[in-house]
Amino acid sequence: MEFIVISLVKAAIVAAVLMTTLAYLQWVERKVIAHIQLRMGPSRVGPHGLLQPLADVIKLITKEDLIPPHVNKFFYLLAPFLAVTMALLSISVIPFGSEVELFGYKTWMQMTDLNVGVLFVLAVSSMGVYGIALAGWASNNKYALLGGLRSSAQMISYELPMSLAIAAPLLLANTLSLREIVQSQGDHLFAWSIFKLPAPQLISFVIFLIAGFAETNRVPFDLPEAENELVAGFHTEYSSMKFAAFFMAEYANMVTVSCMTSILFLGGWQPLFPVSLGSNFVAPALFALGGSLCLYHGLHPARRKDRYTLPVFAAIFFGIALALLAPPVARVVMPLFWFAAKAGFLLFCFIWVRGTLPRFRYDQLMGFAWKFLFPVAVLNLLVTSLLVAVF
Amino acid sequence: MDVILFLAFAAIAVVCAVNVVVQTHPISSALSLIGVMGSLAVLYLLLGAEFIAMAQVIVYAGAIMVLFVFVIMLLNAGAESRRGRSLTAQLLGIPGFFALLVLLSYTVLRLFPDAAHVKFGGFTGGSAKDVGKLLFTEYLLPFELTSVLILIAIVGAVVLARKELE
Repeated sequence: MEFIVISLVKAAIVAAVLMTTLAYLQWVERKVIAHIQLRMGPSRVGPHGLLQPLADVIKLITKEDLIPPHVNKFFYLLAPFLAVTMALLSISVIPFGSEVELFGYKTWMQMTDLNVGVLFVLAVSSMGVYGIALAGWASNNKYALLGGLRSSAQMISYELPMSLAIAAPLLLANTLSLREIVQSQGDHLFAWSIFKLPAPQLISFVIFLIAGFAETNRVPFDLPEAENELVAGFHTEYSSMKFAAFFMAEYANMVTVSCMTSILFLGGWQPLFPVSLGSNFVAPALFALGGSLCLYHGLHPARRKDRYTLPVFAAIFFGIALALLAPPVARVVMPLFWFAAKAGFLLFCFIWVRGTLPRFRYDQLMGFAWKFLFPVAVLNLLVTSLLVAVF
Repeated sequence: MDVILFLAFAAIAVVCAVNVVVQTHPISSALSLIGVMGSLAVLYLLLGAEFIAMAQVIVYAGAIMVLFVFVIMLLNAGAESRRGRSLTAQLLGIPGFFALLVLLSYTVLRLFPDAAHVKFGGFTGGSAKDVGKLLFTEYLLPFELTSVLILIAIVGAVVLARKELE
C-alpha cells in the first residue's frame, strides 16, 4: 500500500515537472533563438513573455480540430498518440537524484529502476518511429509521406551509431541499470565516464549527441520537416492538439536524450567537484549572484517600476540561496541541481545548434551516418573494450 | 496478478495474430504483427527473461518491422482484394488448423507428461549477464555460426543490390 502511494506521488511529481519543462522549453527555445538572431522573442504575454506557453496551449486547444477527408482515419488518429506515448514513457526509468529521506520515508528520486534500463530506453525510442512513419503514411499526402519515409530511414540509420556509442560507457559501468551506471561514476569531472581512465569516452559522447540530434529530428538533421521542400513534413495534415502532440513528442525526446547523455557520460546527479571542495556552495552562490544583480539594477533603475520589482526578486533569490545552505535541504536539492544543470546545459546546446548550423542535404545525412559515424563508433567500442580488458 | 497479466497479453497476442491474417491492408497486418511481438515481449518479461523481452522489442518490433513498414510505404501497396481464393483452402483451412492445434497439444502433453507448471517470476537466469555468459561459453559455436550466416546474407544483399558498373 505504502509502495503504491509513494509511486503515485512520484509519478505525479515527475509528470507535472516534465509537462512544465516541455511547455517552458519551447519558450526558452524561442527566446534563445531570438537573442542569437538579435531579436526580442516573445515579450507581450506576461513579463518577458513568460505566459506565452499558457497562451499557446489555450490557442491549440481551442483551434478547430480538422480531419481531412482523404486520410486513413484510424492510423491518422493513432499516430500522434503513439508518438507522444513513446516519447513520454522513457522518463519513467530516468534517475534524477540519489536516495532521500522525506517525512520518514526513504525513497529514490527515480520512478523505477529496471535492471535493463538502458535497453528499455532504446526499445521505447525505437518504437517512437512508428508514430512519425504512420503519420506520414496515413495523411495520404505526398509531402507527408516523403517526410515520414525520410524520418524513419534517418532514425533507423542513426540508431546504430547511437547503440554502439551507448555500449562503450556500459563497458566501464558494467551494468545496464541507469541508477548503477550513475553510481559507478565518481563525484568529480575526471570520474565521469566522459573523462574516466582507463578509457575516456569523449568520442562516444560526441557520437551519442550527434545521433541524439538525428533521433529527435532536430537541426541540422530536421529533413523530415524541411519546410522549403516538404511544407511541414509528416505533420502537414495535423492541426490543433494533434499537431501539439507531435511538438510535445519532439521536446520530450530532447529531454530524454539530454537526461540519457548526462547519466551515461556526465555522471548523472554527481557534482562537478567533490562536496569536500565545496560543490554544495555552487548553487547558493549562483542564486546570490542573481540576487545581487537584481539588487544593483533595482538601485540604479532603467525603468521606473524596476525600483520596486527588482528588489523583491533580489530578496527571493537571497532567500533561496540561504535555504540551500541548510544541510537537510542541500542533501535533497543538490543532486537534483547537478542533474538539472547538466540536462539543462545539453538542452541549451540543442537550441544553440539550431541557431547556428544549416541543414544537411539528404545524401550527406545518410553518408555521414553510415560512412563516418558508424565506423568511428565501432572503432571506439573496440578500443574501449581493449582498454577495459587490459587494465 | 501475474496470471491476469498473462491472460490479458496472451489474448492480445492471439487476437493480433489472427488480425495479421484477416486484415486486407498490408500496413494493418504489419502493425498487428508488431502487436504480437509487443505482447510476446511482455510474456517474456512475466517469465523473468527481461533481457530477451527488451531484445524482442528492439530487434523485432523496433528494427525489422520498421523496415517492413518502410518497404510497404515505399511501394505504396494498396489493399488486397478478397476474390480469387481457392475453395478447398477456405473449406479445409479452419478444420485443418484446429486439427493441428489438437495434434500439437497432444504431442506436448504426451512427451512431457510430468513437466513442472510455469511459475511466474521463478526464473532468474534472464538477465543480460546470464544470457551473455551462456552465449560465450555453452552456445559459442552456434552463436558464431549464426553471425557468419548473417554476414554472408549481408554480403549477398550488397552483391545483389550493387549497380552494374559501366
